Amino acid sequence: MRSRARLRVLASEGVGPYTLLRLERGSLEPGVPGQFFMLEAPGRLLPRPMSLCLAPAGELGFLLEGIGPGTHALCEVEAGDHLHVFGPLGNGYRLDVERPLLVGGGIGIAPLPYLAEALGDPPVLLGFRSERHAEAAVLLPNAGVVVEPTYVTEPLAELVAGHDVLACGPEPMLEAVRALAPAAQLAWEAPMACGYGACYGCSVEIDGVLKRLCVEGPVLEAA
Amino acid sequence: MILNASGCLDAFEAPEVARSLDVFVTKTVTPQPRQGNRPVRLAETEHGMLNSIGLENPGIEALLAEKLPQLAELGVPVWVSVGGFAATDYAELCATLDQRDEVATIELNLSCPNVDEAPESAAEIVAAARVETQKPLYAKLSPAATDVAEVALAVQAAGADGLSLVNTMRGLALDAQSLEPTLGTETGGYSGPALKPIALAAIFRCYRATGMPIVGMGGISTGRDALEFFAAGASGVALGTVLFVDPDAPARVRAELAAELSAQGLAQAEDARGIAHRETGALLPDQKKPGLAPKTEPLQGPLRVTSISRRGGNEDSGAGARAIPRPTDGSSEESERHPRQAGAAEEGPENGSRQDRKDPDQSPRVRRDREGLRHADGGPQVRAG
Repeated sequence: MRSRARLRVLASEGVGPYTLLRLERGSLEPGVPGQFFMLEAPGRLLPRPMSLCLAPAGELGFLLEGIGPGTHALCEVEAGDHLHVFGPLGNGYRLDVERPLLVGGGIGIAPLPYLAEALGDPPVLLGFRSERHAEAAVLLPNAGVVVEPTYVTEPLAELVAGHDVLACGPEPMLEAVRALAPAAQLAWEAPMACGYGACYGCSVEIDGVLKRLCVEGPVLEAA
Repeated sequence: MILNASGCLDAFEAPEVARSLDVFVTKTVTPQPRQGNRPVRLAETEHGMLNSIGLENPGIEALLAEKLPQLAELGVPVWVSVGGFAATDYAELCATLDQRDEVATIELNLSCPNVDEAPESAAEIVAAARVETQKPLYAKLSPAATDVAEVALAVQAAGADGLSLVNTMRGLALDAQSLEPTLGTETGGYSGPALKPIALAAIFRCYRATGMPIVGMGGISTGRDALEFFAAGASGVALGTVLFVDPDAPARVRAELAAELSAQGLAQAEDARGIAHRETGALLPDQKKPGLAPKTEPLQGPLRVTSISRRGGNEDSGAGARAIPRPTDGSSEESERHPRQAGAAEEGPENGSRQDRKDPDQSPRVRRDREGLRHADGGPQVRAG
């Protein structure tokens, strides 16, 4: 059940170029892997949608990349600060898969640690744009890792047969994954204002149809 | 009375939020389904946000068949926002909605900045809609008009029962790197805290000009904001962008408003209505003319009050109302300005079926059923606590 609460920041830790923000869980539920939370971005009007990365007891962990003013503000919060957090929201990954294979690209690895935990440490493939970004693979210790110019779809092409693919990453990566694994569960991304279906701002065109990612996604799979 | 601004809440995705309001306002419905504008549809700016949703909606048929019956189960009055691309669209939508008991009030979205506008004026659209329905009609206006009070007077004369002030304003955001428009449609509707002073000014002027019921919206995020909207002349407030940030906003704003009213020694939000007008009688050029009331007296027809008989003292029952200068009934000068309006208004509420008013010989400009307006507009009472 989603709810909104003001949570205390326990820690903000660097993971390569990314930031792992650890919040006291409070009354919020962690939800299903792939679901997301709206995090207050200090000094900004709108909150930012973030997939849950880690859910240790009593905590909610989010992996952030400072891209714009909101995510930069979130990367700068410190232990002891407080943030309004609303969630869990949206549809997460379907976990009733027989031979899961997780695929992540860049900051798109964010939901995979929690997902890997829920699925009992399945095989994982990760792709990053630099060695420094690849330091984030520490969050998924058994993952196979490639760095550009090698794309994650190269090892995926060899492994995909017989696997149920669950992926998150930039849109070109998701399209490439989908070409290899049409039935893959893919977590998409779009700018969101509300996260709960109110604003109609996060619509993305999937196969010619506009879908509100916050309520119909962010995880979508072929019908 | 706390509402949502149209297009800022999906009652099916968040029924608990809809139930925390006094009125639920639908996303604008159009005659045909609309997929809306292509992404990107959102851009946050320094003091607000832009949207370019483009009236995405399932169309009137789906609303009538599927959504309205479910909305009725929310347990709060439902206002339906309608939009179109010609006055006939609005008229058809109103004719259809007029048949439905689930609809308490129709809001005419006359000012969406994200779609092509109808060629007719706001007043012409209101007049066309007025013919087709006896339900209360609220005209949602843009603050971008040179003088929104002029538009308000025109839609009032055309038969609107209330105003929704204000819609978003057209704005542009540029991508940080490319310097190209962020939104797929280039420009979009600007909302959020930056709109508040603009909305307050529109409400202030339209209240004084028309005395109509006004749902105020534009950047309200706290109870203090809401209080100021009532003070400027709103009879209800709608929450928009703040709902994106905080789905608990209706309950929070309601509680904060109650505290603000209490601090002002006011029992309910209605008592705050118009109190911003206490000392401002000398500020408007029109009122400096000889022969108008001194500023210490209640203002007699400041600007141009039309449709005088429609107020009927309905909204003036609050405890603080007696001391508050506000548009009042009756001067011959005003009747002369709108003789047809004034004359028609005397026909009274019992005259004329809807079919009667479709007669082209009859003026469509006057709404007969004042009682219906009062109930559907306000709901029972402003809930401040």
